Amino acid sequence: MKHRWKYAVAAYAITISAAALAVEPDAAMLSNACAGCHGTYGGSAGPSMPSLAGHSKTAIVEAMKKFKSGERPSSIMGRLAKGYTDQQIELMGEYFSKQKIHFTNQKVDLAKAKRGAELQEEHCSRCHLDDGKEGKDDTPVMASQWLPYLQMQMELYQTGKRKMPERMAEKVKPLSPADIEALLHFYAGVNK
Amino acid sequence: MTLNRRDFLKVVGGASSLALAGCAAQAPAVSSGSAAEIMPKTGRRVVVVGGGYGGTIAAKYVRMMDKSIEVVLIERNDHFVSCPFSNLYLGGLLPDLSSLTIKYDKLIANHGIKFVQAEVTGIDPAAHVVITDKGRLKYDRLIISPGIDFRTEEIKGYDAKTPEIMPHAWKAGPQTVLLRKQLEAMKDGGTVVISVPLAPFRCPPGPYERASMIAWYLKHNKPNSKVIILDANPDLVSKGALFRKGWDMHYKNIIDYRKAAKVTEIDVGKKAVLIEGLDEVRGDVVNLIPPQRAADIAVKADLVGDDKRWCPIDANTFESKKHKDIHVIGDASIAGAMPKSGYSANSEAKVCATNVVRLMNGQPVMSLSGINTCYSYIAKGEAISVAAVYAVKDGAIIAVPNSGGVSPADWSQAKTEAIYAESWLKNILTEMSS
Repeated sequence: MKHRWKYAVAAYAITISAAALAVEPDAAMLSNACAGCHGTYGGSAGPSMPSLAGHSKTAIVEAMKKFKSGERPSSIMGRLAKGYTDQQIELMGEYFSKQKIHFTNQKVDLAKAKRGAELQEEHCSRCHLDDGKEGKDDTPVMASQWLPYLQMQMELYQTGKRKMPERMAEKVKPLSPADIEALLHFYAGVNK
Repeated sequence: MTLNRRDFLKVVGGASSLALAGCAAQAPAVSSGSAAEIMPKTGRRVVVVGGGYGGTIAAKYVRMMDKSIEVVLIERNDHFVSCPFSNLYLGGLLPDLSSLTIKYDKLIANHGIKFVQAEVTGIDPAAHVVITDKGRLKYDRLIISPGIDFRTEEIKGYDAKTPEIMPHAWKAGPQTVLLRKQLEAMKDGGTVVISVPLAPFRCPPGPYERASMIAWYLKHNKPNSKVIILDANPDLVSKGALFRKGWDMHYKNIIDYRKAAKVTEIDVGKKAVLIEGLDEVRGDVVNLIPPQRAADIAVKADLVGDDKRWCPIDANTFESKKHKDIHVIGDASIAGAMPKSGYSANSEAKVCATNVVRLMNGQPVMSLSGINTCYSYIAKGEAISVAAVYAVKDGAIIAVPNSGGVSPADWSQAKTEAIYAESWLKNILTEMSS
């Protein structure tokens, strides 16, 4: 009986060591796979895809969890998010939070951006910190995101397909469509 | 000037222009039979063969992860044309191939990659040497992303001139342009035949997207014309239900899909293909996509497996099961559940680069984490997708259970996905070229 135990342990140890030859995917291994669509180091060149670089860990983790549960509407992101454990999502959040913010240097309407800057200061700056380069808690980085991406997301919010956080709904409610357009131009135009 | 330049070894990037001068001077002194060494190896070196979806990314990520490793990228052309999105050009939705074409100058400058424009003619695995038409290159590890070539011997009547009459257009470039010209020249009421080989082949949904895009062109320009798809497979290989739905919606009287219709013989003069050597189908335009295998160089270098077609590899490192220190990525490799797609090649390249660097630094191998995302256009402004996450289990690449999948059947995402697809292309080509 004792011997059998020994053999069982030995066999188990061999199985483990064969599997242990390869270490678990680290943050870079997991995150590199995203870069085909979100750009190297999470800096996007595609106008409908967000940059992930510079978001807080919480922002990435919350977004992924909402994609996974279906709370946030998506096409392929929900399908992909289901392929990762919570722990792996944390690693990806950490990876992208360590990347430098990606400045897109896109063209925006300067008059709109100027108006947007005032609105940012007045209505949004408590969560969208430092011209949207940082976000409070799970607030995403807005600065320098592509204008088409920002417009697509705002449309999802306003049609109710994406649930607006209460603190955001409160601030957005009094704004006109022109105000919102101005804000998006402001964020898109932040390039330093 | 141009002719002389073409004859010269084209080396670009960093210190390599000095190496060029030295090499050119020494070349005549080398005895015949053993080609000159292009850049004598001093430190640790990875050579990457192939400047497409896999090779560019492998070269870049090795350098991103370890600047002390020299990386030499060998590619026969000075540019690359993407297969993904080339069907839109066939459908008349892109004016030319310029938005699908990348150059290597920024990539090599940004990452200190050395670029050699040459044709690889052989690999000596024992000596760790790549042989090219411009000379030899030593490596510590070789990453090869060679793409595909065709098993034309399986089609009776196929010869070297056949693609000029019946283009495959399965490598983007002149073949794509030729097929487009044939479509433009075709009279209204004509028939386009698309012959789909048995899987596995490069880009599983590609033939069906192509049929959609050609049908789009015909519907709006030559509405009495037809597309006959002769598919050697028992059914559509990818996104089947979605393609059928899209065809029902848009091309009911244009696309005629025939399953289990394997073309085994052709009559080029009659522009006819024969199914199983019997039923003859004639086309005004014949897009004959032959059965495929790993590119010639992989066969020549003895990297293909028992099937004589594809390259068996380790699921985490992509190291060849035939030869040590040679890694095969992209369409040529047998990558388990990962399809032969551009995004897969991109993802595999990063996994391979990670593990090549780890192995060269004496670190343990890391388990693969990969993604595939792939969009197919059905019509102008309407696209469908498939996506999946991959991991390694028991030494094989598997799709992570309960994840991934295709677009919803209710078509609710088709317009958004057509927009996302454009950014997919923009991002992936930017990643490859910068």
